[in-house]
Amino acid sequence: MTVLNQDTPSTAAGSRPARRRKPLGTRAYKVFRVAALVVVVLFLLAPLFWMLLASLKTNVDIYDTAKAFLFSPTFENYANVLQRNNYFVFVVNSFWVAFVSTALSIVLGVPAAYAMSRFTMHRSALVVLMARVIPGVSLLVPWYYVFSNLRMVGKFEVLILSHMFVALPLIVYIMMSYFDSLPLELEESAEVDGLTPIGAFRLITLPLAVSGIATAGFLSFIFSWNNFMFALVLSGAKTKTLPVAIFDFVSYASIDWGGLMAAATVVTIPIMIIALFTQKYIVSGLTAGATKG
Amino acid sequence: MSVLNPPRSAQPRSARGPSGRGSNFSAWANRHRKWLFAAPAMIFVGVLIVFPLAWTLYLSLTDSQGSVRAATEFIGLKNYLTVLTDTDRFWPAVGRTLSFTGLALAFEVVLGMGIALLLWRPFRGEKWVRVAILLPLVATPVAVGMMWRLIFDPNIGFVNQLLGMVGIPPQPWLSGQDTALGTTIFMDVWQWTPMVVLILLAGLTSLSDEPDEAARVDGANAFQRFFYITLPLMMPTVIVAILLRGIDALKTFDILYATKGKGGGSFHEVETLNVYAYGLSFDYNQYGLSSAVLILFFMIIIGSMWLLTMRKKAANK
Repeated sequence: MTVLNQDTPSTAAGSRPARRRKPLGTRAYKVFRVAALVVVVLFLLAPLFWMLLASLKTNVDIYDTAKAFLFSPTFENYANVLQRNNYFVFVVNSFWVAFVSTALSIVLGVPAAYAMSRFTMHRSALVVLMARVIPGVSLLVPWYYVFSNLRMVGKFEVLILSHMFVALPLIVYIMMSYFDSLPLELEESAEVDGLTPIGAFRLITLPLAVSGIATAGFLSFIFSWNNFMFALVLSGAKTKTLPVAIFDFVSYASIDWGGLMAAATVVTIPIMIIALFTQKYIVSGLTAGATKG
Repeated sequence: MSVLNPPRSAQPRSARGPSGRGSNFSAWANRHRKWLFAAPAMIFVGVLIVFPLAWTLYLSLTDSQGSVRAATEFIGLKNYLTVLTDTDRFWPAVGRTLSFTGLALAFEVVLGMGIALLLWRPFRGEKWVRVAILLPLVATPVAVGMMWRLIFDPNIGFVNQLLGMVGIPPQPWLSGQDTALGTTIFMDVWQWTPMVVLILLAGLTSLSDEPDEAARVDGANAFQRFFYITLPLMMPTVIVAILLRGIDALKTFDILYATKGKGGGSFHEVETLNVYAYGLSFDYNQYGLSSAVLILFFMIIIGSMWLLTMRKKAANK
């Protein structure tokens, strides 16, 4: 209890003024609130828990409704998925594509966001943000044409390029609202002290923007890891990423539910662990710019 | 390594930095830093968007099909005519896209507002609720689709087991012609309500306490305070949430394709515009027709965004 009590202010500290400690209302509301929150948490977590349970069952147990919760767990499904179906390779592919596309997008996107924020280049920003609006399919046909002529479909370069297309606008969007919130005075005084504008950006603004860059980076990594459609068309046998691998799992005759759930768990667990450790950044990234009005 | 071509123009940017201060290059770089910084990203996005979009526009006016390399003929607006008179696939897909987006958004915003209000004031264990809210949000949509396939399976699914306990007969869910779209909407609500919660919560915490306080002093009850004070103040944030979520909901593809496969199922029961266009392009190679669908789809997205932005401007006044 005391641990939880100490935790609450720390999670709330960043976003919430301390004076919000008004009475929480009537006793009835308190009871309702706890009950409602329990329902919400159950609703959100139960399906994931069910997926985890099924991944630890044999297919016989999955079909046996009496063994919904009481069964002898087995790691056979995971062994099958990781060894026989080569999921280690897909994990590495997914990681590589997400990592490189995020890194390159940061290199391109952070300076661009800085310029767009400092010089209020609204029209340029709109061009980049258009990428968030356009349906991906309309880009895939031309890409596929060009890259298949270059004999590059199925190579990592193409996959990374297509994922950057999602990552870059996201990073520009988040970093723009981050730079908007950084005071201009710091750079101005650095320039008075003799730094060039680019020097002030590199030595003053960039170090201050590290947490913003982390926010944008983690989110873009997650989006890339989860991306399905681009990889479905542009990946090859050697570059297949996890979402495509899972999709292929069901195209065979009958569904191996245990294996499928193990595969689904293998793709979601890494991303959830990353999300848990970077929760603060992810939340601020997802809500970036939302309250500017 | 042709992947590195677009960024090449970025090299002079920060690599040389302030070290060459006083040199001509540094002075030049600093004078033009606005475009030096912005150009690489803009060229990248421009090449990857403007060119494909122009191409899609061009393809939509041709009879391109079979192979993208095959010779094509310019046929004017014929594809658009075909698509717009297609009451078999196109218009039902438009209807499904709009009802999927509309219903999912309605549930997500109402539930999201409710949950955000529950989380608004600090409480013990808040941290754990926040974790629960984050997990569906980051889960891989394809995996989420597979997870719900098992849970909603008519024979072995947990949902029908639960319903059986209270005496409700098993439902077909994803495999039913009438229930499939509703089930996918439910899946979308499960995954994306947390996103709406986070946005609305950010909005709520940035609200000033005074109007609420004043209304309380004046004797307004909780409902009055919400509907007359909090909600109007939150309107801009609500519209941002609808805007951000709506764009993605219109373009939903992963969970639909993962649960129902090609063509949105054998009766096209979850075939939205995005799934339809994808199928035309990559299952049937009807590039001309698919491009016309995509251009129309794009116009629908832009149109709804424009309407919302207008609404937001009105709410800000």
